[in-house]
Amino acid sequence: METMLESQPETPMTPESAPPPASAPVETSHGIETIKLNTWFGTNHVLKDISMKIKPRQVTAIIGPSGCGKSTFIRCLNRMHEVVPGARMEGQILLDGANIFELDPVLLRRRIGMVFQKAQPFPTMSIFENVAAGLRLNGMRNHNQLADVVEKSLKRAALWDEVKEMLEKPGTGLSGGQQQRLCIARALAVNPAILLMDEPCSALDPIATSKIEELILDLKKNYTIVIVTHNMQQAARVSDETAFFLLGDLIEFGNTKQIFTNPKDKRTEDYITGRFG
Amino acid sequence: MMNTHCEERSDKAICRRLNRSPRSFRSLAMTSGLGDRLFKNLTLLFALSILAIAAAIAWELFKNSALSRHAFGWSFLTRQIWDPVAEDFGALPFIFGTLVSSALALLMAIPLGVGVAIFLAELAPRKVSTACAFLIELLAAIPSVVYGLIGVFVLVPFMRVYVQPFLIKTLGFLPLFRGPAYGVGMLTAAVILAIMIVPFITTISREIFLSVPIALKEAAMALGATHWEVVRLAVLPYSRSGIAGSVFLALGRALGETMAVTMVIGNRPEVMASLLAPGYTMAAVLANEFTEATSDLYVHTLIEIGLVLFAITILVNAVGRLILYKMSPYAEPH
Amino acid sequence: MPGTYRHRQWVNNAAFAVTGFCALLTLGVLFFILGYVTMHGISSLSWNFFTKLPKPVGEPGGGMANAIVGTFKLIGLASVVGLPIGVLGGVYLAEYGKGNTTGFLVRYSADIINGVPSIVMGIFAYTVVVLPMRHFSALAGGVALGIMLIPIAVRSTEEFLRLVPMAIREAALALGLPRWKVILRVVIPTAMKGLLTGVLLDLSRVSGETAPLLFTAFGNRFWSSGWMNPISSLPVMIFTYAVSPYEDWHRQAWAAALVLLMIVLATNVGARVLMRNQVKVVA
Repeated sequence: METMLESQPETPMTPESAPPPASAPVETSHGIETIKLNTWFGTNHVLKDISMKIKPRQVTAIIGPSGCGKSTFIRCLNRMHEVVPGARMEGQILLDGANIFELDPVLLRRRIGMVFQKAQPFPTMSIFENVAAGLRLNGMRNHNQLADVVEKSLKRAALWDEVKEMLEKPGTGLSGGQQQRLCIARALAVNPAILLMDEPCSALDPIATSKIEELILDLKKNYTIVIVTHNMQQAARVSDETAFFLLGDLIEFGNTKQIFTNPKDKRTEDYITGRFG
Repeated sequence: MMNTHCEERSDKAICRRLNRSPRSFRSLAMTSGLGDRLFKNLTLLFALSILAIAAAIAWELFKNSALSRHAFGWSFLTRQIWDPVAEDFGALPFIFGTLVSSALALLMAIPLGVGVAIFLAELAPRKVSTACAFLIELLAAIPSVVYGLIGVFVLVPFMRVYVQPFLIKTLGFLPLFRGPAYGVGMLTAAVILAIMIVPFITTISREIFLSVPIALKEAAMALGATHWEVVRLAVLPYSRSGIAGSVFLALGRALGETMAVTMVIGNRPEVMASLLAPGYTMAAVLANEFTEATSDLYVHTLIEIGLVLFAITILVNAVGRLILYKMSPYAEPH
Repeated sequence: MPGTYRHRQWVNNAAFAVTGFCALLTLGVLFFILGYVTMHGISSLSWNFFTKLPKPVGEPGGGMANAIVGTFKLIGLASVVGLPIGVLGGVYLAEYGKGNTTGFLVRYSADIINGVPSIVMGIFAYTVVVLPMRHFSALAGGVALGIMLIPIAVRSTEEFLRLVPMAIREAALALGLPRWKVILRVVIPTAMKGLLTGVLLDLSRVSGETAPLLFTAFGNRFWSSGWMNPISSLPVMIFTYAVSPYEDWHRQAWAAALVLLMIVLATNVGARVLMRNQVKVVA
């Protein structure tokens, strides 16, 4: 984890004391590896022996029918899964080789950004305040610094031009697509290493969706992105690698083009061709 | 045919009643329309009587304060004199006492009440939270005269021996804390009021905190916020108007509180700057002097004080209900 | 330094410690009150207390028998005055009064009555009952308490009736029952448990009221016969005895407070236990 901290020079936040990683840090690549990940909700065995390696600085899509565990999977990556009462996890998740269960969850979430299905701007806060929320939490007080980072994040989220005249207006006053881009800007402001997206476009119209997909293709130059989607065409459009989940099992994982044109497993082929789902 | 229905349903009582429905069409034709209209009008009649009673209360208060209203006019609200012998009256000391004791009580009760609600909604395990919420509602169920009893025999001596001398010693340079340590006084009344209204704030606030959408809290958590920061970022802003509504309701209760206040406030009709000084409230003077009122003017004056109190509490409650209705149409006012 | 993780953790722990302290303080006050009243009241509870009339100051052996009976008499009268209006008004609101102006006005009026301070309710009963009759009476006290009962009876009736699912009403209508029979014979019996619990809670709330009785029922050191005489009640006795200078009266006040507390607690706990088996309690 220390390596991930050092690789963020642009955000001048005060250095935080993080506990040392379990094993020696390998490289500042921001890759994720899960080893035999199993999760339960109570007695319900949701994810079964998931082992996969997510490559850094590319888009990995998770597809599968409802209830297959895709959302549960990415919520494990930033330890949001354990927040639900009755949830249990076994197995290992390594971030740059460091076991995330030995790290403080709050610090971990600071380094991983998450965008949810339904945009949730903080109520009563302006657009500016929403984007700055994470920065303020980490102690940034200087207004000029804040304004600078807010502008950069909104630009990165392709929202700056639309809101630069109305930064003081409430975040909830924007359209659905704009609100989602606002939440992306909020997540990007703290300069995360990894961006998790849980069906970010499912509540948006086609135009807003395409804007966000463009954004994702742009963001992957600098961030590792994991996106859950029930829209296979979207996965085919934006991702480099795709994982197909079915009833809690990882059926197939590989290059997106190959999965969609020449899947190895019959179940994958059935899902892609619409025989179920 | 009806019996098969009953086997499926678990509630036998309903079935028994359904089986009693008339079977001949003739009897239906004769009774249905008439019965419905009669029943509806009966309930409507009783419902309208509620309207009539509310109007009657306002009217009687107004009518029976005529002598005083004509004698003193609007200056009644601003004059400080209270002389039953010379029959010269002014309501300012009571209005002052009511407003100050209630405001002070709110100042103490809001942080306390919201703090308890945060603890119960965010920190305590569900079972503990429900049990504690029930216990706090018990606080609201304790009769006001029992609070008064505790006030007279426990709180007043405690204030007189420990709290007030301490305040005089440390903050006595402020005009707020001057004067002898009587034990009774504005501050004592505010303390007992605060205890009585905390349950209102806590119960409503806790329900609102528990209804904050999980997605909003998760959005804050995903940013890497600590639990307290999640409360600050998501829970509290979302609950703002609900808490405000509960505060108004608590205020309405405090303004009208009679017995506990009259037993600990000292019952002196004077406007004083010090919180340690005895005071008087509108409700307290009514409780103490109504049966002693010798002349018609005296009685009418007291009733006018009742009218003023009525008007203030109606206003406060209306604002509070409006705020709470906005949050949910069938909000639970206490 | 603010903003460092250690600082934020510290703030987190400190803030929650404060809220925990608030909870402890509030619950502590509750248990203190319950304990204190029990401690001081239990020693004065005696056979005399429950069966004898008050004696003049200085004479031992006085009790509050008339106050206890008086409280029950007043609650009975209040039920007769307030419950029919409250329950039938609640039925109207739940079954016919959704979304129309009449319903809104009735609901708003009930809220106004609810917001009237109890002492002002006493003034109203005074002007309407005591003045024309020219003397204090149990009737006046019952009227004051009864009117206070109306809005709480309306609200609890309406809520419990609303809890009955539409499906049951529709099933009964589809079987050919007229609307009024559906309400009277199906809906109300289904909600009966909740309604009764609600009524019980409302009555217990009203039984502890003092202010409205101060100049309506007034008080009586002897037995009160009929409804036209002033009548004693537990809350008023507590008040009178508490502010008096006599030790013996103070002790009796504690005993009476204990009895009142027992009544209130028993009904509240009983109501919760009853409701736990049926539906989620609506505060």
